[in-house]
Parts: sequence; structure tokens; C-alpha cells
Amino acid sequence: MKTPYETAVQRHGPTVLRVCCAVLGPGPDAEDAWAETFLAALTSWPDLAEDTNLEAWLVRVAHRKAIDVTRRRARHAVPTDDLPEQASRRGNPGRDDGVWTAVAALPERQRLAVAYHYLGGLPHAETAALIGGSAEAVRRASADGIRALRRSFAAGDDTEGAAR
Amino acid sequence: MTDTPSLPEHLTTSEREALFPLPDPALAGLRARLVQQADDAGLVEVAYRTLDTPVGPLLLAATAQGLVRVAFEREDFDAVLAALASRVSPRVLEAPRRLDEAAVELEEYFTGTRRRFDLPLDRALSTGFREKVQRVLPRIDYGSTRSYKEIAELVGSPRAVRAVGTACATNPLPIVVPCHRVLRTDGALGGYVGGLDAKTALLTLERTA
Repeated sequence: MKTPYETAVQRHGPTVLRVCCAVLGPGPDAEDAWAETFLAALTSWPDLAEDTNLEAWLVRVAHRKAIDVTRRRARHAVPTDDLPEQASRRGNPGRDDGVWTAVAALPERQRLAVAYHYLGGLPHAETAALIGGSAEAVRRASADGIRALRRSFAAGDDTEGAAR
Repeated sequence: MTDTPSLPEHLTTSEREALFPLPDPALAGLRARLVQQADDAGLVEVAYRTLDTPVGPLLLAATAQGLVRVAFEREDFDAVLAALASRVSPRVLEAPRRLDEAAVELEEYFTGTRRRFDLPLDRALSTGFREKVQRVLPRIDYGSTRSYKEIAELVGSPRAVRAVGTACATNPLPIVVPCHRVLRTDGALGGYVGGLDAKTALLTLERTA
């Protein structure tokens, strides 16, 4: 790329953060994955071809960084009989994370399909390459995920009964 | 009345923002952390910020060597950043800290308490005769002026008056490298990269401070 890296952060920063939040839950893990994605982009920036689909490229890097973060977390997990109080890494149920709480409640494949396809804008086939399965299975998982999110929005409105 | 957000099959940018609001702490904090990590890793090859001044907002950009660019708003900051990306390095990031010193010295200059800039400069955007001219400009004292012709003589090319004018017009470090102190022989302003109002304002500041 011969264009200023700064524009990539401004243009795609929000999308990448939404993907990280959907994959890892809003919180420190998503923030780590976001920062590592953009650091990787800065490192590769001068060598990236001008015709790169930046958003798709960043979303694929975010996918790898999310796996790194998850592995690191698992490696640092030490078995113990003593369970300390711990901050939730999938967002705080008490805090109003709104839609993110609903996203976190989705079955994993639906959640990942929503993250990479719906929020990250990757085509079904590319999403399938990241999370496994066929493009058709990803299409169904994404549609099911959206339907479930729609239901949880509607349910939220019923129980709260308040205008948004 | 309840307004159940419907989730469309495909999201537009504004739908994304409305339906999937970014959680706190949103991007500003993350960005600051990214800039810090990138700087620590030596990956910010061009750092920049803007600074409000009496002659309008200025864009300041620095490499690891020093200040590489000062630009007026009329030069179009996006175009200036694009040029830095293609001529210096595309690793361009808004990272204000590296410009702290330059910002302080410019603020002091505009309040009349600084008469000389003491900043490391990166001349990467200057070459050949233009660089030669730009390097002698700081020899013109604060508050005084020279003609294009005098500068041509100073660099040993007395007939290159026009080329001196071009060198001043393409000065990548205006204000800090004082091309505004160069006038036409008849005392007329000549041109200025920041516009004639800015040139007048700088000369007035230096005369009255």
C-alpha cells in the first residue's frame, strides 16, 4: 500500500472491533485481538498489494488473532480447586451490553457466522474457509443467528415494555 | 410505542452502527494503545498531528529523524498525508506525542516568545537546489527579510532568482524554515505556500513581538 495506514484504522477500525466483540465478547480479549490485528496490518502495510480488499483482509487477520488470544487464555488457565472471583470475559451481564449479550448467547457456529459474514462482510465461502463447514452451512448458521437475534430483540422489547 | 429493530439480511454501515453499537471503552482508548504499541515497535515511520494557530490549523509530521513536514490547511491535509505516504513511508499514523516538542515551539513562536526553532529536521522531502536554498533560509534573522535575489546570491547562483522562488514555494517546512522572510526586490510579498494573509501575519508578528 502506498496510501497512509491511518485511513485503514479510521475506515475499518469499527468493523474489526465489532467482529472481535462478536467472536470474543466485548472486553479485554476483543481489545487485544483488535490491537494485534492493526499492529499486524501496520507491519505488513508497505507490502500489501494496492488492490487488496482491506476489510476482508483485516477480518481474516482478526480471526487468526482471536484464535491466538483464545489459546493464550487457555494456556494461562491453571486448574484449581479454588475458584476466585473473576471478571467475565464475555462481557458483563450486569452492564448494558445490549446486543452483544444476545450475540454471546448464540450457539458458537451461529455466532461466528454472524461475526465474519454479517458484521465482517465476508462472503459465505470465505467465512466457511475460516470456521469450517460448507458455504451453504455457513449461510444457514448466519441466517439462524440473525433470526435468533431478532427474537431476542423482540423478547427484550416485550419484557421491558419500554420504547427505545 | 415499541420500535423493534428489524435485522436486515445485509447491513449498511449506518445499520451496523445503530444495531451493533461499539461497547465502551470505544475506539479512542484502543487507538491510543495501538499508537503506543506501534511506536514502541518502531513501526510509526511518519507520525502526525494538527495544531490550531493564528494562521489556521497546521499539520505537523515527523519521522524518527525529526520534523519532516509542516502544512497549511489550504494545502489539503489529506493530499499532504498521501504525499508523505508515497514519498516517505506509508506507515503514517496520527501519533501526536512525537510532535509535542514541535507544537510547543510553534506555540511559543506564535505568542512571540520564541525567535529561533530548535528542532531536529528531516529534509527527506527536499532535494538538489531547493534543499540548498531551504537550508540557508534559517540564516535570515527573526523580524528581518531578504529578497529572492539576495538569497540567490547567498547560495552562489545569482541568476537563479526564479529557482529560489520555486524553492521557497515548495518548502516542506514553512514557518520553521522561514521562507516567509523572503520578499521580492521591490518589497512586494511575492507568493506564499500558506497564502499571502498568512505571510503578512507572520511578518507582522515578527515585527511587533
